[in-house]
Amino acid sequence: MPGKPKVVVSKTRRTRVIERDFAFTNSDVPIAKNKSLASYRAQAWEAFKRLPIPKTTEEPWRRTDLRKLPVESFVLPAEGAYKDLAPVPKDLLKPLIADQHGGQIVFMPGGVKVELEDSISKQGVIFTDLETAQEKHPDLLSRILGEVVKPEEGKFAALAGALAHNGLLLYVPKGVQIEQPLHSVYWGPGAFAHISHILVLVDEGASITYVHESASPTEPDSSTMHVGIVEIKVEAGANLKFVELQSWGKHVWNFSHERARLGRDANLDWIFGAIGSRLTKNFSELDLAGQGSNGRMSGFYFTDGNQHLDHDTQQNHFAPNTTSDLLFKGALKGKSRSVWQGMIYVAPGAQKTDGYQANRNLILDEQARADSIPGLEILADDVRCTHGATIGNLEEEPLFYLKSRGIPQEEAERLVVEGFFDPIMQRIPFEGVRARFQSAILEKMLK
Amino acid sequence: MSELVIKNLQVSIDDNEILKGVNLTVKQGEIHALMGPNGTGKSTLAYTLMGHPHYKVTAGEVWFKEENILEMKPDERARKGIFLAFQYPVAIPGVTVANFLRTAMNARRKAQNPEDKGIPLPEFRKLLKEKMDILQMDHVFAGRYLNDGFSGGEKKRAEILQMATLEPEIAILDETDSGLDIDALRIVAEGVNTLTGPDMGVLIITHYQRLLNYIKPDFVHVMYNGLIVESGGPELALKLEDQGYDWIREKYDSVPVG
Ligand SMILES: Nc1ncnc2c1ncn2[C@@H]1O[C@H](COP(=O)(O)OP(=O)(O)O)[C@@H](O)[C@H]1O
Ligand SMILES: [Mg+2]
Repeated sequence: MPGKPKVVVSKTRRTRVIERDFAFTNSDVPIAKNKSLASYRAQAWEAFKRLPIPKTTEEPWRRTDLRKLPVESFVLPAEGAYKDLAPVPKDLLKPLIADQHGGQIVFMPGGVKVELEDSISKQGVIFTDLETAQEKHPDLLSRILGEVVKPEEGKFAALAGALAHNGLLLYVPKGVQIEQPLHSVYWGPGAFAHISHILVLVDEGASITYVHESASPTEPDSSTMHVGIVEIKVEAGANLKFVELQSWGKHVWNFSHERARLGRDANLDWIFGAIGSRLTKNFSELDLAGQGSNGRMSGFYFTDGNQHLDHDTQQNHFAPNTTSDLLFKGALKGKSRSVWQGMIYVAPGAQKTDGYQANRNLILDEQARADSIPGLEILADDVRCTHGATIGNLEEEPLFYLKSRGIPQEEAERLVVEGFFDPIMQRIPFEGVRARFQSAILEKMLK
Repeated sequence: MSELVIKNLQVSIDDNEILKGVNLTVKQGEIHALMGPNGTGKSTLAYTLMGHPHYKVTAGEVWFKEENILEMKPDERARKGIFLAFQYPVAIPGVTVANFLRTAMNARRKAQNPEDKGIPLPEFRKLLKEKMDILQMDHVFAGRYLNDGFSGGEKKRAEILQMATLEPEIAILDETDSGLDIDALRIVAEGVNTLTGPDMGVLIITHYQRLLNYIKPDFVHVMYNGLIVESGGPELALKLEDQGYDWIREKYDSVPVG
């Protein structure tokens, strides 16, 4: 049940609604030596102070109610806060793809650890935390910081822009092809506001695979949130495979604004996996800005209990001959709820584009609910755009069929659910990621 | 020697009485044919034996290996040794034939021995290939999604493949011949003949006699209006081929209803 709006009746016969806001102050904005970072943060802070907490009267927030978000109670972690908290689970640090990763960044509350193989850094690849990047690579930073996601886009984008204490820059120079995947982990125990800013710049003709995971244990305290920005540029002829997995604790409020901009003939294979958090509102956008660019977005989610996951996706075809292909599939248990809202936009003149989007949901319990809202806005005439949205239940006949072969009920259900997710698995070129999703299915089915 | 003993089985769907007291015994090693016009309750009998939730048993018992299987769940019945080749097999998208069969085999092994780790993959692959060869199936079949986009003939073959792999003691084949062309019919029938033997009792449900040219039944029964009205040897099937079901209708419709 959504909470009642807080209406405060004052004694002076005036009724007014108090605008709630976070308790952060200007002094929470990290100090930047780099001028452009400093002015970016100042601008983001200004936007953050100006913008109100989104309400369900705003279209993108219509299905995601923040009235229970304990805004006043969030605090930033102090330097070194992680030392008193649960350590990063070893499993999280293991490479998910290939036998070895080429580099790893681990974010923790009030701390970060960076590793990069010499063989990779020798090729000019930069994979480092934001603090180091602002000192050593100001020019690269200014090529991407705030260029893809604007702090003014929303309250949470502004918050992340202004306050991100954990951030990274990944840069792959022109023409450099890296085989070994890079890996970053955000481990977020404790009752904190975890704020991240990820910047990925894959220069012309370069290619790389990058995996980012966020996770935390489930804790009783509900004053934990993660707010993040992900800015990605894949320049002309470059290739990026980007895997994002979130398994935040069930108490975590999770918000993110993410966008990837593709140059001419660039390719992006973007994979999302979401099984955690109490509430997630994620904006993910694909900007096909260069002719002939090509983006694929594949999403896997599985919710249970009272989880609420809201994914807002946008495929923008700004240039001719661009293709986008989105498939999000989710299963829901308990009283959980998912929202997927997708839009394909084709700009005037973006001819010969091919856009596809589909969202498929499987409801496993009566009280679970999925909302699926596809959308097309097409302003060019020579295009092909298709979409589909389905919400289904576990059907009796397939289950009976499986049981008639000796397979017990629970296992029959698992088999049907795995079958449901198979089209997503088929799109994921990484065995380790598939295995991760597989074990998430098992775990969620057993609950 | 196990036997399936159906006693006075009465079954309703949505309060309509479909089976009105069926008696039939199928022993391991015997082949029974159950024939009859469409809509007389043959599939209802098959589904009820397997435990489909829509079929409500209002009276009767079905004994198999010292248990009234009507009190068991469908998966328990299957693991006890009963198999139904469906008239209309359903598709399970995203689940391959191989994955499905392996899960089914492991469910059996696990029921017998909770410690069982499952059939090793190489052993399973070898077994599956052997069984596919019996039915002259392309090995790529193992990687296809179960019944998903299968032709009518492929579905029927897949049913028999499952029977071959799971090796039941009592197999019920519901109209396995329908939708098959003559070549496919021959292959499926030969497959069934290879698999049957002293350890398997078979109940072949069919509307036509043509399958019985390939699979020789020991007993033939005719179901009409929810009852087994005639039983005999193979000659009964031949009589039905010659004369159709009209004589059955005439003989048993004359009884006034109510
Ligand atoms: N699921 C069902 N719901 C309602 N009526 C059914 C259902 N299945 C079968 N029937 C009815 O039960 C009777 C017997 O059907 P069925 O057992 O399929 O016959 P057969 O296999 O001999 O052709 C028919 O009158 C049919 O319409
Ligand atoms: Mg039938």
